[in-house]
Amino acid sequence: MSALLSATGVSRAFGGVKALQDCSLEVQQGSITGLIGPNGSGKTTLFNVITGYVKPDAGTVTFDGEDITNARPDAVFARGIGRTFQLTRIFGRISVLENMLVATQHQEGWLRGLTRSKSSKEEVGAAMEWLDFVGIAKLADLQAGALSYGQRKLLELAYVLVADPDVILLDEPAGGVNLTLINEIAGKIRTLNDAGKTFLIVEHNMEFVMNLCDHVTVMHQGRDLVSGLPAEVRANPLVLDAYLGGGEEDEDLEELTRG
Amino acid sequence: MLAKRNVWWALALAVFVLFPLVVTNPLYTNIGVLTLIYMACATSWNMFSGYSGYIALGSGVFFGVGAYTMGLMSVHLNMAAGAAMFWLVPVGGIAAMLVALPIGWAALRVRRHTFVVITIATLFIFQNFAYNFAFTGGSAGLALPFIQWNESYYNVPFYYVALAVVIFITIVSAAVRRSRFGLQLLAIRDDEDRALGLGVKVGAVKLSGFTMSAFTIGMAGAIFAMFLGQIYPSTVFNPLFDISVALMAFLGGLGTLTGPLLGALILESSQQYLTVSFSNGSLYLILFGALFLIVIMFMPQGIVVFLRDRISKKAARDQSAVDSNELASSGAPT
Repeated sequence: MSALLSATGVSRAFGGVKALQDCSLEVQQGSITGLIGPNGSGKTTLFNVITGYVKPDAGTVTFDGEDITNARPDAVFARGIGRTFQLTRIFGRISVLENMLVATQHQEGWLRGLTRSKSSKEEVGAAMEWLDFVGIAKLADLQAGALSYGQRKLLELAYVLVADPDVILLDEPAGGVNLTLINEIAGKIRTLNDAGKTFLIVEHNMEFVMNLCDHVTVMHQGRDLVSGLPAEVRANPLVLDAYLGGGEEDEDLEELTRG
Repeated sequence: MLAKRNVWWALALAVFVLFPLVVTNPLYTNIGVLTLIYMACATSWNMFSGYSGYIALGSGVFFGVGAYTMGLMSVHLNMAAGAAMFWLVPVGGIAAMLVALPIGWAALRVRRHTFVVITIATLFIFQNFAYNFAFTGGSAGLALPFIQWNESYYNVPFYYVALAVVIFITIVSAAVRRSRFGLQLLAIRDDEDRALGLGVKVGAVKLSGFTMSAFTIGMAGAIFAMFLGQIYPSTVFNPLFDISVALMAFLGGLGTLTGPLLGALILESSQQYLTVSFSNGSLYLILFGALFLIVIMFMPQGIVVFLRDRISKKAARDQSAVDSNELASSGAPT
């Protein structure tokens, strides 16, 4: 297996805050990779760098053998990397179905949009199929702003899926939703993974990550700390330190990870 | 439902077509021409700003460029003053579009309030150009060749050309709304970054919307210049124009198709009517203030959205009444 998506030596500072420092990450083709770490460890920034929302100060991002380091978000999406946001972001004042249709045109030139109608029959069909897959097909005509938080999460997942990306980056898919829905989302991810989709998931819910992922990377203070199988990561004392706060041991910890 | 809507459109169109045949007083056909020009501008403005949420307050630039282009062409081309000049109207639109490209390219890099401020600035820059360049005639403005049509008949050709432009813009605006491009504009209004992350080329989409809207406003400006026969920097590069056009769209319903048409119809015609009938150019401001207070308090999303919600709520009430009747007649215990 080769890495489908990888970030190598990525650094990014916001003013004096070093959000990412020489951080590396690999996502294997067909895997469900978990990305965990305490708050502020740089997970979302890494997502933003990968998807083109934030330009890194140093380092490279490669996808499927191609360098996509400074590609813009629309280009990254067109290459086959879809993402969701931590605080779900949907288009509130258009219908659920129209939300889906926004995402179906990723391979078209912008000029084409001027001359064609909003959607073709196939696109509506595909959109409805994915809405049905996540279980909100009957809400298709509703204004998206009227959806509950959980339904918004499902919609966000659905409209990323409708564009048929190879890799899907999920930022806290289980955050703020009830247990039933968490299990449901985990089930969907597994189904999709069986069908060949690769996932990279940021999540704070340890049980969710440990059950679902076949590879986990732990971040701490902008660096990748440990990487391995869920069981290995769980047993690693460095991870515990990172979460509980090492204090003075931080320096030792940095040396350890460097070496 | 769709058929019913078409009937309303056809009815409205018939009223507009018949108006100058029934009302022949030049005083009122004059109001008709100005109202149509504003309807064209408000719909054009809404086609970009209403759909995308980028509130532009510099549409006067395109109106003025259209007007001055018409003025300069009719002065320098030695055309006979008459109906043939109407063929130059689209050229005014094209000139406005060419001006909109660099303005949009620069201004659309920023969002919300910053965008609003930049567009306001562009208006004053262009007003200054018009005041200070020799070819624009400075503060003396430009006098267009006088068209020697009979006074009682003078307004009518302008009326129908303006009406044709309004119809054209309304069709374009409806087409945009139904197109993929229009959906992308709405997505940008709701969450631009998210749209970008779903593959929408936001820069190109915004710039095309901005220039399209400039094109149609420029055409309206060209007709305005011909109609008045004399243009000044302060009348065509007019900050009040920017605000009026935006307010018309807000009053009628931002981002809707009929809203700007209705808003312009109400505001411009009543403003002109009040000015004419009370020979007082400022009276309308008091009434407008009151009108806007009412709209903002009771229908903040505009008249069209307010009415639409009323109708759909009534339909829902009727439906639930039917449902409960069925429930009762099906023998459910009461």
